[in-house]
Order: sequence, then structure tokens, then C-alpha cells
Amino acid sequence: MSTRRDFIKTSGALVVGFSLGDALAAQGPPSAPGGPARSLDLKQVDTWLAIHPDNTATVYIGFAELGQGASTALLQVAGEELDLDMSQLTTVPLDTTVTPNQGGTYSSASINRGSPQIRAAAAEARRALLQLASQRLGAPTDRLAVARGVITVAGQPQPSVTYGELIGGRRFDLEVSGAAPVKSPREYRLVGSSPARTDLTDKVGGRHAYTQHARLPGMLHGRVVRPRGQAAFGVTPRVVSVDEASVRGIPCRILRRGSFVGVVAEREWDAVRAARDLKVTWDIAPTLPGNAALFTRMRSEQTQDRVVLDRGDVGAALAGAPHVVSQIVRGPYQAHAALGPNCAVADVRPDSALVISPTQDIYGTRTVLAGVLGLPAERIQVRYQEGASNYGHGTQDDVTEAAAILSQLAGRPVRVQFMRSDEHGWDNYGRAHLGDVRAAADAAGRIVAYEYQGWQHNWMNVEPSAQLAGTAPAERDGSLGVSPLNLGSMYDVANLRLVNHRVNGMGYLRGAWLRSPLDLSFSFASEQAVDQLAFLTKADPWQFRQRNIKDPRWLGVLDAVARAAKWQPRPAAAARSRSRVVTGRGIAVGTHLASYGGAVAELEVDTRTGRVRITHLYGAIDAGLAVNPGNIENQIGGQLIQTASRMLKEEVLFNTSGVTSLDWNSYPILRFSEAPAVTAIVVQRLEERSTGAGEEVMAAAAAAVANAFFDATGVRLEEYPLTPARVLAALAG
Amino acid sequence: MAVTFTLNGERRTVESAEGTPLLYVLTDELALQGPRFGCGLGQCGSCSVLVNGVERRSCQTPVSAVTGRSVTTLEGLPAWYAAQKKLARPPALHPVQQALIDEQAVQCGYCANGLIVKAAELLARTPRPTDAQIVQAMNGHLCRCGSYPRVLRAIRRAAAAIQVTA
Repeated sequence: MSTRRDFIKTSGALVVGFSLGDALAAQGPPSAPGGPARSLDLKQVDTWLAIHPDNTATVYIGFAELGQGASTALLQVAGEELDLDMSQLTTVPLDTTVTPNQGGTYSSASINRGSPQIRAAAAEARRALLQLASQRLGAPTDRLAVARGVITVAGQPQPSVTYGELIGGRRFDLEVSGAAPVKSPREYRLVGSSPARTDLTDKVGGRHAYTQHARLPGMLHGRVVRPRGQAAFGVTPRVVSVDEASVRGIPCRILRRGSFVGVVAEREWDAVRAARDLKVTWDIAPTLPGNAALFTRMRSEQTQDRVVLDRGDVGAALAGAPHVVSQIVRGPYQAHAALGPNCAVADVRPDSALVISPTQDIYGTRTVLAGVLGLPAERIQVRYQEGASNYGHGTQDDVTEAAAILSQLAGRPVRVQFMRSDEHGWDNYGRAHLGDVRAAADAAGRIVAYEYQGWQHNWMNVEPSAQLAGTAPAERDGSLGVSPLNLGSMYDVANLRLVNHRVNGMGYLRGAWLRSPLDLSFSFASEQAVDQLAFLTKADPWQFRQRNIKDPRWLGVLDAVARAAKWQPRPAAAARSRSRVVTGRGIAVGTHLASYGGAVAELEVDTRTGRVRITHLYGAIDAGLAVNPGNIENQIGGQLIQTASRMLKEEVLFNTSGVTSLDWNSYPILRFSEAPAVTAIVVQRLEERSTGAGEEVMAAAAAAVANAFFDATGVRLEEYPLTPARVLAALAG
Repeated sequence: MAVTFTLNGERRTVESAEGTPLLYVLTDELALQGPRFGCGLGQCGSCSVLVNGVERRSCQTPVSAVTGRSVTTLEGLPAWYAAQKKLARPPALHPVQQALIDEQAVQCGYCANGLIVKAAELLARTPRPTDAQIVQAMNGHLCRCGSYPRVLRAIRRAAAAIQVTA
């Protein structure tokens, strides 16, 4: 067994002419906890893929399928290097005993970070397979050809040998050297095409099991009992009393650890009723600002300030410029509001645990659970099962901890299904943000100064279940904030200053990443300011941006989206009508970290009711090499509709004691009848590294909506969502 | 309390506590994966089923209310469609299900249950719906992933496919 590894270590290179055959161990099924472990070493080919005797392959992907189609795209990457078709490829659910640790499925990372690892492993496997085939077929590797995993000597249909015949069911036992040749993008046939998603037939047929469908033998149904809607993060609500008599007559058990209260029952409806009826008296500190005082409190806080970037002399440039604008944004807390409240199942034993979870990061969740349960991480198996509409760090980990705590207390497997009010009221929301932009242009319409100052608190580091059970609340040190990646850097501007004001989050709501974190607020302010400079210099907003952008990739998305929208140049607000319903169009650029996004919005404003209807959104993304452009188009469409929802409707409501947005009436999202038409444009860049495509056009779309509103009304907006009341107030000036 | 009803063409009797919503009987006792919990308030449509051909929110329907009735879930739609169209055998998928795949309209797919059940009801009653009729029918079903435009296209496509079948 060890000879090959030793050989590689000592020789440092692969040579033609070895035989894997006798040295290979049979590859069994994924191991159970305590059983023989699959290789999870990222350096081993076997960690990433297995070839089966029937000439199919399983690819072990460390990123969660959230409905974004990442698993399909990563199979394309593997199939491309291996010369296998999609029908020969499959993947398995994430599991800490089966799939490698590629990090969490966030920051649009699946393709960005995932594809290089999978490409390298697949290329390594292909090289080894060709070496084996070379011996078998008696021809040098450079004369071999592969199609669908069948290797032949180029130009001759026979003899042939398949991958399955060469290594099916056995290990490669081979390190990923990184030196195996990969295909040139010009040779791609699978990458860059748009095979259908592999998960949809089961999803439409009712055969796809979401976490909500997960069951374990002997399982109890659990529910959490909490105050309806979270209070300020810093002070944990305290249980004053639990009136057990209030659920007398319902077959259930009440379980408690500190202020964490839950109920378990054999039948789900009994757990639902018990959680609903159980009378718990809470001591809650009414220390939230409420919506009314949120932004004045944020601005008045003692903040931790950081100059993120200071280039040139912004002050002097602002003072000397003929055209100076300023723009404010007040961006609300917004909820993940998964369509299906999160759910998890846990079986916690005295010395081990199995947890089925919709987490974005099975390994990260395992580490946290180790602390919550007092078990070593390696004794905890976390298995991923897809939940509903996962667009960031919502309640997935919270519900997982709740199930684990209740299982530990009950001594039985427990399934916890959050109720709608748990999901809405105890979310880690997308954070509220306050932003100030000042920008200036010279007489020739060139941006000469740009300054952004932003206020927000960090992400929270403790889930509600752990906090209620006794862990002290804490914020993360590192959280996305004001950044040159999405503020100012798209423009060619000599004087640029960015300042981040970190607010202490202890008196605020829970925060974590929500699809394109903070970016909608950033660009809402930033791109309105740029648009206003165009307006002051009597320039068309597209042409003004063209003049001020040098980077061809930013120009690429800007021009692509303008052309798709058949944009006819004219200054904004130059075609305003006096009718009751006025129309407008706006353009903007923006991103989330890496890719390039451009958007155009077309909308109508009813000036009497204040109702805004977005009629059409166009979105363009340049994400480098687009592995599956069809899938990216679908992602763009989803981002545009979600942006419309977030710009028009979404805002977490809360008073000083807690959140009051607890269902779809108190936290409405966009409905079918309100959906704009969408046009998606993928700018394909075969020679560029693949970057994310799941959140990169939302910032541009949000700002395009604000700019279209200005075009229709001549009024700049300082706050979203654009509810009728807010719109009427803005129009009244 | 024993309740007898027809589920996807088969007679079933279940034993449930008084007032138990149909949803929990379908998911827990009968292990179906089509109808699913979304809000428990009748606001989102994730749990929709057909009761005697009419779309109902199973989270708000006590199981006793379907006594003697015919309940069709996502899983039973192909057979329900075949019976309607007097087809010799059920297709693998209802035309709405197939159209959602053809349009690659589904993202996470959690809302798809309700969207499909509602669209199937619509097309059974109104085989050639206008866009306005589609939007009106679907407006009580929420989707978080933003699939509405593709779902609209898929329902148009399904309507066209049904015309060809008929």
C-alpha cells in the first residue's frame, strides 16, 4: 500500500510504466462513523473522485447545492478534464465523513474556489489513467484519445479500454501534483455549455428530500419556545417562569437549558400546539432603537473607525471642483426569510452525534456543535441536506443547534422545524447600513473626487440557541464592510477616500451575510451620486460612465446591458411627463467582491398613490469563464427579481422590545403580479478565471432602480424600500 | 379520531388527534414529500394540495375536513391528469412539471409544489389562460428565488402542450 506514496515522495514526479493494479485497495461505500474513513485529504485524487467499473464516476464536491446549480457546473468541470459526459457523472450529498472540506458555500465561492481544485484532481486522474492505458494498449500517451471514458489509439477504433476497466472500484492512491496538464479553454466542449440542472426532475416530482423531510428512527418532533421576535442582541432574554399547566393535556415534554426552552412530542402537531400554548414569562430589555430611531442612533454612536483607502487629496479636489454632489443611504435590515423555515434533525448520544442540517458549511457547523454539545468535533458527523431558499447565513445553524440541544436533553433523536415566526423573527438579518457619499466632477465631466463613509455593525458570532442556552453574545471581528472592491474602484478617479465606521452591535438586531451583503445599500448611494454628476454635467448616464471607466471588463458589462435595453442616450429626467403615472429608466454598475455587474431598470411611479412598479430589469454579469452560462442566466434572473423585492418591499420592522416582522404579511416580498420582465446577459470571458455569479448583479440593479426613479420624478431617494408612504414623502420633498 | 379519504387514487384511513392539519398527516403519517411546511398560516402556498380538484392549503385544512374526499398531491398529479384526459396510462410528469424542467424554471424548488398544484388546477379549468389569468391564479404563491418570469413561461408552455395532447 505504501510503496506508491513513498515512490512519489522520493521521486517527486510521476513516471510512465507503473502498475496501480495490485496495490489498490477496494473502494467501499461511504463509511459510517467509526468505520474505515474515506480519504478527505485534499491532496489525494481519491478524495475528489471515484471511477466505477461501469465507467461512470462519482465526484465528491465540498460545496452545497442550494438550488443555484453549482453541483451541475462543478460536474461539468470534472467531466471536461476527464472526457466524461454528464450522464456518466454523479455526486453525493455533503457529509463530514464523505466529502472534502472546501470551505463554506458562500461568497459566491463554489465555482471561484471550487473549480480549480476539482479541475486539478480530474486532470491528475486523467493523466494516471492514460499512463495505465498506454501500457495496456502499447502506445505512448500522446497518441491516445479519450471520448466518454473510452481510450483508444488516435485514429483507430480498436483496441480500446475504458476507465472502468482500468481502475473501476479501486483507489488511485495518488497525490494531486498540480502539474497534470489541463485543457485549454479553446478545447472546452462541456465547460461553457449549458446542460440542464441535474436536480430538477426530482424537485418537480416531489422526490427531492429537503431537510424538512429528513427523519431518523425513534425520532421526536421538537419546537423551540422563544419570545416572538428577537430583542436587542446584547442582552439575552431571561426566563422568569414556565407555566407547565398551560400545556396539560398535550402529550409532550418541556425541555430547558438556561433560557433555551423547547418542547418535544411523538406527534408533530402536538409539538406545534405545545410550543404555541406554553406560557413562558420572559424578562426582555427594551433597548432596541426601533425603526424610527435606528439611523439617528447609528450616526450618533461612538464607532471604531478605519480609513480603508485614502488616495490623492479628496478634500482639495472636492473644494476645487465645479460640480459636487452628496448622497445619503439608509438601508434597512432585511431578512433571509427562507420560504420553508429551516429544519434539522439530530441524534446526540453520550459520546457521538449525527446531525442532518441545511448548513452552508458542514465543517464549520461541526466545530460550533462541538462546543455546544461538549463533544470532540471528530465524534460529530454533519450531513448536509438542502433546505429552502438559502441566500446567506439565516437560521440554518440556529435550528441545527436547537435540534442538537433538544436531542441531548431528550436522549432521543429530535427533529426541529422552525415555525414561520421563528424564521422571520430570529434571523441573522442582512445588516442596516448608513452611507454618505460625496463626489465631484470637473467641467469636462470627469470624476475627480469620491468619498464614501459607511456605518454598520459586524456579523454576530453566536446563534440564538447557544445564546439562550448560556453562551455570551459576541460579534465577529471580521465582517464585510466598506471596501474598494465595490465602492469607487470601477471609476478612474485620482482622489478616493473610503471610511468604515464600525458600530457596536450589542444594542441592535442580529446580523450576518444576506445575498450580496451591504452591496445594495452601497450602490444605492454611490451610483445615485455618480448619476447625479452626470445630470449636473448634462450628460447621458451611460455615456458619463463610459467616459469615467477605463477597465474593459467594467465597460463590457455596462455596454452589454445598455445595448440589451436599447438605451437611447439623453440626460436623466429630461423626458419627464406631467401625467399621474410617470415612467423612467436608470443604469448602474456594481458587484459583490469579484465579478462585474451592470443593470438597467425601467419603472413606473404612480405619483398619487406612491406605488412603484418595476416593469423590466436587465442584468449583465462578467464572471470570467462562465462554466454554465444558462445557469448564470437563471441566477441573474433570480437576482433581479430578488433585488426588485428588496428595493420595493423588504424591511424588518421592530420596536424597542423586539422584531415585529413575523410572517409574510408583516414582511411582504415580491409577488407574481409584481414581477418585472427580466433580461439576463452573460459576458463570456474564456481566458479569465471563473469568479462568482450568484450575487454580483444585485448592487447594480438596486441602483438602477433608484436612478430610474430619478429619471421619472426628478427626485433622489435616501432610503429604501420604496414603499408608497416613503415615495409620497419623497415626492412631497 | 379515524379519518378516511382518497389520497392520489387510493383509499386511506388515518388515526389523528382532533384538529390536526392535513399537512402533518400527509408528511408524517403518509411520508409524502410534495406538500411541505412553509408558514402554517395559509400565506405562502408551499403546502398546497387539490381537494376534489380545488387547490387548498393543507396547513389550514383539518384532516377531518377531507373525510370522504379526494386529495391529490404533487406526487399524484400525473395520474390525476391522465384520468382527466382519459389517457391510457399516466405520463411520467404532469405537463406543468415537464414545462418547469424545460424552462429550467426551478431554483431551490421549495415553492414548486404549490406552483405546480395551482397551475394544474388552473389549466384543468382554463386550458387556454391569458397571462393575466395566470398571474391572478398564481399570485397567492410566494417564491423566494425569483422564478416568477420563468414559471410564467412554463405555464404558457404547459398550456400549449396540453392543447397538442387534446
